[in-house]
Amino acid sequence: MFDFGIWTSWIHSQLTALMPEGLAIFLECVAIGICLLLMYVVIAIIMIYMERKVCAAFQCRLGPTRVGPWGSIQVICDVFKMLTKEIITVRHSDKFLYNLAPYLVILASVMAFACIPVSRGLEILDFNVGVLFFMAASSIGVVGILLAGWSSNNKFSLIGAMRSGAQMISYELSIGLSILTIIVLTDTMQFSEIVMRQADGWFIFKGHIPAVIAFIIYLIAGNAEVNRGPFDLPEAESELTAGYHTEYSGMHFGLFYVAEFVNLFIVSSIAATIFLGGWMPLHIPGLDGFNAVMDYIPGFVWFFAKALFVVWLLMWIKWTFPRLRIDQILTLEWKYLVPIGLVNLLLMVVVVVFKLHF
Amino acid sequence: MENNTAIKDRITAIEPAAVWSEAGDGLFKVPAASFRHLAEQLRHAEGFDFLRSLTGVDEGEEGLGCIYHLENTGTGENVAVSALDTDRENASLPSVHDLWKGAGFNEREAYDFFGIKFIGHPDLRRLYLRDDWKGFPLRKDYDMSLNPLNMENEEANDDSPSYVMTKDGGYILKRHPLFEDQEYVINIGPQHPATHGVLRFRVSLEGEIIKKLDVHCGYIHRGIEKLCESMTYPQTLGFTDRLDYLGAMQNRHALCMCIEKAMGLEVSDRIRYIRTIMDELQRIDSHLLFIACLSQDMGALEVFFLGFRDREKVLDILEQTTGGRLIQAYNRIGGVQADIHPDFVKKVKEFIKYMRPKLQEYHEIFTGNVIVQQRLEGTGVLSREDAISFGATGGTGRASGWACDVRKRHPYGVYDKVDFKEIVLDNGDCFDRYMVRVKEIEESLNIVEQLIDNIPEGEYLMKTKPIIKLPEGSWYSAVEGSRGEFGVYLESRGDKSPYRLKFRSTGLPLVSCIDTISRNAKIADLIAIGGTLDYVVPDIDR
Repeated sequence: MFDFGIWTSWIHSQLTALMPEGLAIFLECVAIGICLLLMYVVIAIIMIYMERKVCAAFQCRLGPTRVGPWGSIQVICDVFKMLTKEIITVRHSDKFLYNLAPYLVILASVMAFACIPVSRGLEILDFNVGVLFFMAASSIGVVGILLAGWSSNNKFSLIGAMRSGAQMISYELSIGLSILTIIVLTDTMQFSEIVMRQADGWFIFKGHIPAVIAFIIYLIAGNAEVNRGPFDLPEAESELTAGYHTEYSGMHFGLFYVAEFVNLFIVSSIAATIFLGGWMPLHIPGLDGFNAVMDYIPGFVWFFAKALFVVWLLMWIKWTFPRLRIDQILTLEWKYLVPIGLVNLLLMVVVVVFKLHF
Repeated sequence: MENNTAIKDRITAIEPAAVWSEAGDGLFKVPAASFRHLAEQLRHAEGFDFLRSLTGVDEGEEGLGCIYHLENTGTGENVAVSALDTDRENASLPSVHDLWKGAGFNEREAYDFFGIKFIGHPDLRRLYLRDDWKGFPLRKDYDMSLNPLNMENEEANDDSPSYVMTKDGGYILKRHPLFEDQEYVINIGPQHPATHGVLRFRVSLEGEIIKKLDVHCGYIHRGIEKLCESMTYPQTLGFTDRLDYLGAMQNRHALCMCIEKAMGLEVSDRIRYIRTIMDELQRIDSHLLFIACLSQDMGALEVFFLGFRDREKVLDILEQTTGGRLIQAYNRIGGVQADIHPDFVKKVKEFIKYMRPKLQEYHEIFTGNVIVQQRLEGTGVLSREDAISFGATGGTGRASGWACDVRKRHPYGVYDKVDFKEIVLDNGDCFDRYMVRVKEIEESLNIVEQLIDNIPEGEYLMKTKPIIKLPEGSWYSAVEGSRGEFGVYLESRGDKSPYRLKFRSTGLPLVSCIDTISRNAKIADLIAIGGTLDYVVPDIDR
């Protein structure tokens, strides 16, 4: 498996040869930041294009076809359109918080995005409590959504924000529990380590029953966490017009929109990393020839394939299922997912203690 | 049955002042003073529990008043009663909103158009026009110049006026606030994705729970009934397609039937077959759109497109013959606009073969979905009594266990010759309202299948005089529209245009019961309730 760490350390050594180390690190940080944001935007564009095509396929439609081959330039045009639109500020809104809210949402999203290990040596934030950091960073988003709903001085927005608060804070618990289940199995919270330990089999196979249960819980809770159907109550367009971002226009709305799509990708890629081996190719212990062939496929291809597969799963669910009601969402979480998650955690502990895993 | 004596004798026995008037369908004329007593007796003693239609009328010298079309849902007896108040300046009638809940909105409409004060009505606001509208437009002495184009915004009026009888026989005006100061009131509509048009609800919330709901109509009020009074009979046909645009065929069928009845014209069998088939195709079209919109309201966008995919097939068939997709303009007085297209029979048969398996697809994706069932079952329950009292006909009434199908109650077209089931379910919740419509698609397919091979030869348009004048009198005829009983009340003074033409809206009873069934439900339930009631706003506002 190719290690991109070789490149990065080569660049680092070249830079330190030319300049003091502090300046080199500063320059590297700037470069990495730009790369991160660029990748963020590219992923967002890919996700929006994919969403359009996938939902069109589910709905007996074609999706965008006119701009560029297969409509591929459509999203880029839309981004430019969004950039040129006026940002309207609503009278009687809390101006400061109103303008701050979209940036909080995007900040949380970018910070969580930085945790994802794309390929070997291509991880930006990677330290021993990476999972904890990821959970903490991604939770900031709900603050932005609550602020957006509250500060726009719109009753629909407020209802949307309250729903969002109730929903995201609840489902964070299930996400945490299902990730914790895998951490029990791996005994590390560092994303790169988690991937490395799946070299001899992905955790969804190694952890068998409790891992599969955790995976399903994670998918449900992750879907709810990013406010997508059937859990899209905060922006239920047929009930609350657009929920918390009703009053936002132009790029302020664009930030919410982009963050939603990248959050979907983040949730999927974390699912891919934790349960499906991340960038680790499919290895079957004992079949060395097969494993060697699999290793020829680069890590980031594996990673994106897995992540986009999970994205596709979530899109399939979104475009098929009707929306839940607020009380049903909370019932599902507190009466079903949390108890099941806790029991599942216990089950995993038993599996690990008695070495029942592969 | 002890009520064997003819209804005429029984009414004269209850109220000797009631006079039978023969012209047209015939109705009882009752002085305003004794109307309340007769209404109570008819409701409680005689069991006339369904107010089919309430029509305000301006009879000139005889005064202003209302015509009440009543039906006994047990025996199927019908009677029309007219109550007139001769005092044009201060016309008043006793309110019957407590006898028939559906009268509540209809009386507001009559107040709006004729200025008749309904004593005892709890909320006598204007229903369609602005609160600052001057005069009452459907009165014959109304002056158009009173209301120039108004560019001011309408003030939100949070008072509901009501006239209360005093001891000396007069009445005083009282005002009640609609909402308290501290209530969290949100506007759903007039621009809202789930109201299916420009309908506006003001909803008082406690958290997510609906405490009170106030319906505002009139955002698409075009004064069609007023316009009809200055048009010849063939011209009035043009408006019906624009009422309930998903029931264009049936609406026009009703008006043509009413005019033909008044003319004494019998249409040929071919016309009746074609009209019936068209009505049923229109019903399939409407119900498919119902499924599509309901699923979209609930967030299942896939089914939305499935519904549109299949509806397209119906529209193609209709378009081939009528030239229209939404506005069909097909029925005419004495027949239909054009003979059916040579491919019509073949295409309809293909469609029937195509549609049956597709219905299974809806069941697999939507009906069987656990979220759909969780959200629809048990929400928005409308009891059978309420359904009858509100006059909520169509799929809504039948889901509540009320066999209210006009095709069975008062057969028209060739419905008496075909064999079809009237779908009646018992729970009255959103899920049953959905199921009724899905099953009705199957029944409509059955009806069309029975008729399509047997369309007899004959004229498709009867010969009529170039200028149609109707004799004096009043007529009422009704068809089963896509979403309930669509009735036409026609009053003629022997002229070439109607003296009064009233369309019994299918949607008005449906929105009038929303407040009752959505209390203590959640916002999401309101959307599901609105979706399953399946109202069409231009039909409510007219």
